[in-house]
Amino acid sequence: MTAPSLPVRVGPTGPSFRQRVGKATPYLLLAPGILWLLIFFILPTFQMFLTSVSTGSLDNGFKLTWSGAAYVTSLTKFGTQFENSLIYGGIATLLTFAIGFPVAYTIAFRGGRWKNFLLFIVIAPFFTSFLIRTISWKVLLLDNGPVLGFLRDTLHLLPADASVIGTPIAVIAGITYNFLPFMILPLYVALEKIDPRLIEAANDLYASRWGAFRRVTIPLALPGIFAGSILTFIPALGDYVNAILLGSPQTQMIGNVIQSRFLLLGDYPVAAALSFILMAAILVAVSIYARVLGTEQLTG
Amino acid sequence: MVEPHPQEFVEPVSEIDVRLVDVVKRFGDSNAVDHISLDVKDGEFFSLLGPSGCGKTTTLRMIGGFEQPTSGLIELQGQDVTWLPSYKRNVNTVFQSYALFPHLTIEENVAFGLRRKKVKDAEVKSRVTDMLKLVELPGFERRKPNQISGGQAQRVALARALINRPAVLLLDEPLGALDLKLRKQMQVELKRIQREVGITFIYVTHDQEEAMTMSDRIAVMNRGQYEQLGDPESLYERPQTRFVAGFLGVSNLLAGTVDGSADSFVLVKLADDTRLRVPAGLVEGKTEIEVGIRPEKIRMNGTDDTIPAAANQLEGVVSDVSYVGVSTQYIVASKSGIPMTVYEQNVERTSQGSLYRRGDAVRVSWLPEHTFVIRDAAAATREPVPAKEIH
Repeated sequence: MTAPSLPVRVGPTGPSFRQRVGKATPYLLLAPGILWLLIFFILPTFQMFLTSVSTGSLDNGFKLTWSGAAYVTSLTKFGTQFENSLIYGGIATLLTFAIGFPVAYTIAFRGGRWKNFLLFIVIAPFFTSFLIRTISWKVLLLDNGPVLGFLRDTLHLLPADASVIGTPIAVIAGITYNFLPFMILPLYVALEKIDPRLIEAANDLYASRWGAFRRVTIPLALPGIFAGSILTFIPALGDYVNAILLGSPQTQMIGNVIQSRFLLLGDYPVAAALSFILMAAILVAVSIYARVLGTEQLTG
Repeated sequence: MVEPHPQEFVEPVSEIDVRLVDVVKRFGDSNAVDHISLDVKDGEFFSLLGPSGCGKTTTLRMIGGFEQPTSGLIELQGQDVTWLPSYKRNVNTVFQSYALFPHLTIEENVAFGLRRKKVKDAEVKSRVTDMLKLVELPGFERRKPNQISGGQAQRVALARALINRPAVLLLDEPLGALDLKLRKQMQVELKRIQREVGITFIYVTHDQEEAMTMSDRIAVMNRGQYEQLGDPESLYERPQTRFVAGFLGVSNLLAGTVDGSADSFVLVKLADDTRLRVPAGLVEGKTEIEVGIRPEKIRMNGTDDTIPAAANQLEGVVSDVSYVGVSTQYIVASKSGIPMTVYEQNVERTSQGSLYRRGDAVRVSWLPEHTFVIRDAAAATREPVPAKEIH
């Protein structure tokens, strides 16, 4: 028997190792992210779904019973808190847009060499803890704090018993403040990309300043408007810190309910069901929003 | 040949579309546009030609209303528009980068101006169709600007401006982004369209050939002013400043002193005592002058060849030869020390073997009628003004 000889390759040898690695590169680059999402998002979400259709208690343990009871409880008992979330989150998103757009516009078009400094100012609050900043808002808005004190005692604009802390106004103000940079930054990115020549071209074609703003600037800023409002509205919906620190039991948001069900009451099925309902509501809202703004505009 | 005397101001017969009176634009400490006055006639293809930073774009932007002059007056068809915002001016612009609205279709882009003027829908539709036909892009209505090529975008930009039937169309280096072949094609196209629509074009470019090909008149700009204004032929044949002589084509300039006259010629003595004949009419009584001659008007002669008695001639040695197909370009070191550039059509000496070679002793000659005289040599020595141009 002759010794097995190595096969002799004739002609093309196929892709080299290097070429094969080259083709796999995009997947290799994606792999850590996909793994991360799988382990820390997909699996927990699945786990949470199972929890939401389980029954039991913290002491006796939970059992997967495929019961819909938690969903029924969620939908019937917490209407007010869902409503609060939508209203506070919605108003706060509108406010961040109203405050953020002029800021982003000014930085993008008039910032000049101050652009980077101004952007730094916008994100500067992030260098302090979210909690500390929200607590300081509480101090600011106290009945005898500087804001109310000034408006009531110095300017006499408010009645003597005026109070803000514990009201929806305080909660909305806190959310608006905390999420403002998430609105400004995407708006800035979108506005900064707009070629000033396009505005000049619009003026050249008989559009006034306002006309050019409405027909060129705003449509081209839509991706930023969309991103900014999503980045503000979604976390605002689930937020509970502002409602705890600046609000009262009457201003509870759905985030507060989920937090207390999970951490205080140990009612995992209802907490999980509430989370799923919130997620579904957000998905529906976002897709309607995207449809209204025009998906074609957003994807270019 | 009747010499078309370069005019700073137009003859009163034709109507004036755009008039600039003593216009100045300051940016910081420097004048980007430094006291410019000029008239552009109705239906004219007028070019502002100059190197980058010469103030040509700023001048155009002031006519368009995108910049306000620091001082001076801008009139459009007899009306003072100096402070009128761009959207109220009957002027449209083709921008260097086209500036097509990326979120609108080609049709919406072209219709933009008419929509703002509240033109009826049916009319807008038909005018857009006609205009796209004029720029040879029929059927492109539904496309987006990112779905067309640079050359097509350029045509859309032109259509978007022309559809409004402006009194004046401003074009800011519209062909700058196109490749050479497409640029040549568009030059012919632009000229055709301009003839067809009969609208005054003011065209900004740094490309002398482009300006020469298309323009009725050209203002050659340098450091915020124009050095000479005239039709392409008079600018090329009779440049009046060093800058114009050098910016439009190639010139050989020879400094000399006026030393007597003969017949209708003035004799100019060069540094090596060679005497040149220059038509008397060009000298204007000056004694120290610079005589110019274009390279293609010079003939190469062997040392034994006979040269017509009337011709100017210089002895020299060939110091460089470049064969470029249509012609051969020589550099001849003349005895007076000045290198002379000579272009010779490859007709008589066609093959490489019969061309002059480096080191050959030659005599270059040209007819006195072909010379020009630099009127304002001072222009070249004027203090440079740093000027900023917005792109």
